[in-house]
Amino acid sequence: MTVHSFQEHFDEKIDNEVSIEPRDWMPDDYRKTLIRQISQHAHSEIVGMLPEGNWITRAPSLRRKAVLLAKVQDEGGHGLYLYSAAETLGITRDEMIEQLHSGKAKYSSIFNYPTLTWADMGAIGWLVDGAAIMNQVPLCRTSYGPYARAMVRVCKEESFHQRQGFEIMMTLANGTDVQKKLAQDALNRWWWPSIMMFGPPDDDSPNTAQSMRWRIKRFTNDELRQKFIDVTVEQAKLIGLTVPDPDLKWNEETGHYDYGKINWDEFWNVVKGNGPCNKERLETRRKAWEEGKWVRDAALAYAEKRKARKEKATLAA
Amino acid sequence: MTNQPINESINQLLYALELADNALIIGHRISEWCGHGPVLEQDIALTNTALDHLGQARSFYQFAANIFNALPADQKANFFSSPVLQNKIAAGENIDEDDLAYLRDGWDFRNVLLVEQPNKDWAFTVIRSFFYDVYNFYFYTELQKSKVAELAAIAEKSLKEVTYHLRWSSEWVIRLGDGTEESHERMQTAVNERWAFTGELFQMSEADKVMLAEGIGIDLNAIKPLWQQRVAEVLQEATITMPASTWMQEGGKEGRHSEHLGYILAELQFMQRAYPNMEW
Amino acid sequence: MQLINKNLYGDYGDKEQAGGSNDGAKHNTASEWPLWEVFIRSKAGLDHKHAGSLHAADAEMAIENARDVYTRRMEGVSIWVVESRYIHASDPGESASMYEPANDKIYRHPTFYDLPDELKHM
Repeated sequence: MTVHSFQEHFDEKIDNEVSIEPRDWMPDDYRKTLIRQISQHAHSEIVGMLPEGNWITRAPSLRRKAVLLAKVQDEGGHGLYLYSAAETLGITRDEMIEQLHSGKAKYSSIFNYPTLTWADMGAIGWLVDGAAIMNQVPLCRTSYGPYARAMVRVCKEESFHQRQGFEIMMTLANGTDVQKKLAQDALNRWWWPSIMMFGPPDDDSPNTAQSMRWRIKRFTNDELRQKFIDVTVEQAKLIGLTVPDPDLKWNEETGHYDYGKINWDEFWNVVKGNGPCNKERLETRRKAWEEGKWVRDAALAYAEKRKARKEKATLAA
Repeated sequence: MTNQPINESINQLLYALELADNALIIGHRISEWCGHGPVLEQDIALTNTALDHLGQARSFYQFAANIFNALPADQKANFFSSPVLQNKIAAGENIDEDDLAYLRDGWDFRNVLLVEQPNKDWAFTVIRSFFYDVYNFYFYTELQKSKVAELAAIAEKSLKEVTYHLRWSSEWVIRLGDGTEESHERMQTAVNERWAFTGELFQMSEADKVMLAEGIGIDLNAIKPLWQQRVAEVLQEATITMPASTWMQEGGKEGRHSEHLGYILAELQFMQRAYPNMEW
Repeated sequence: MQLINKNLYGDYGDKEQAGGSNDGAKHNTASEWPLWEVFIRSKAGLDHKHAGSLHAADAEMAIENARDVYTRRMEGVSIWVVESRYIHASDPGESASMYEPANDKIYRHPTFYDLPDELKHM
């Protein structure tokens, strides 16, 4: 087959919703874009362990502590599934981690915001995981097989994350005055960063068309953002919290909520590294990785020693 | 608490708190690794272990709370020294697992000093778990025979978890001990420094003695040689020298702790202290 | 047939041979734990099914990591692991000759045979 017919064959599969698998021919740009997207997603899970991990030792009850531990651990698992999916495209996990630590690779900016109170555990589960799920569910049908399979597993496990977050918020909203204040304060701080999680507006998102064509993105940023706002505003009402957007209004005509202007200047600044916690997050990840090096090396050295001993024993026998 | 003979309920309560506090505090320490492990797979593995310990702590606290709530009022009033807990009890309220974990001060905690020692590095974390896991393995094996059905049931469930913990920590002791020069050195240092906290595991508290006599608890002197043997075997395979020192640190089981526990509790109990009497 | 090599694709390896090659020397992955494929039997009586992959220093650790990563929600009762580099795979470029010849052998399927509706238990 010529390159041309490889391309045709690939396009035909994409058009017919047939999965692309690791050893199938694929355009270089498809591979590169996927590696970037999947590794960013994996990095987001790993860095995302930190803001919530902050509160594991301070959770207000043993039940909440167990749930939070399990949840943060799940995020590690999700990072692992996603790194594995990216590895089928020909990059190693160590290379991806290097890219994260050098600042070459990005991760979701939301994790550069601080977790200041316990209510933030509620807000993150409800809003951040809620937004993530909205992004992720369509990816269960993405064109690249290993990515789609990883996302199926992730989505299955994520379903408890949003629920536990909402349960925390609901408990606070139904609690004492100060608990209500904690809940509202958390919503105030996490609302705008959460709706920015869907990425820049469509007219400022040059890669969307190609990614939609390749089925590695199934809805545009603005479509997903609108869907999230419509759903979440109703949930906030249900527990008596106020969404911090004075321009938020139901629009009969469109059947959607209109919302206020998003501060994209803030968004791009946080992406560029000027968020409140960018430096701490990366430093924490680097420190864990560097301090773990002797451990990883030791395990490998021991495995090799043992293998050599076994071989020697077999030879002697 | 005096050294006078006290009734069986109170000793059962203290016994359950020893077990619960050990599990809570080591679980707390291990949970500090979550998100900071040397490699993703081990980060996840260690969190499973933290969850197991936390689960065991909750089972024992629930058991302890039931015993406490059934005590006569005069016994309960000053049993714990924390004013917040005393007020709750004076108001006639029942206490639960969270009250026990979050409202007692250090002197009412009865965990061994070993489990509250800081994580430091992977070698210190592994050896702390290993010393404790070997102990736990033999402890729970025996506790399955307890006359008190709840304790026997918790022991049976926990033993499955502990068997896996022991496998994990033994393997890592060997891997680090017999890995690289650096890992060997780090493991030897960790063994040397944590050794002094192993004696307390087998020190029989008043509650331990009464529970043994009642057929509820177990004889720590009987599991000590088993512990020593297993530890010696694994350390030998790990090419690690067993410390010769016999001077041991004690006090945790009587509520005299190292400085570390205060910081653990400050963090653990922060929410309940800053926002008392609320549902979370 | 060739060994799958997960290290050499696209801008991270040979652009010409998307199917992979066995030349791993270009990449500095010496200190990375090897990659393993994990297969899990979800309950007695069923086949082991591919669950995903992970890194581990040796086979024992791979099984334990698989237990900790892939069976947290009671997904399994038995685990197989195999180092990824030992998996052999068919070449997708040959799929026409490999699989399409089976397409016209419809007589291998029970529905090929036209039998009276009254016939039971067959």
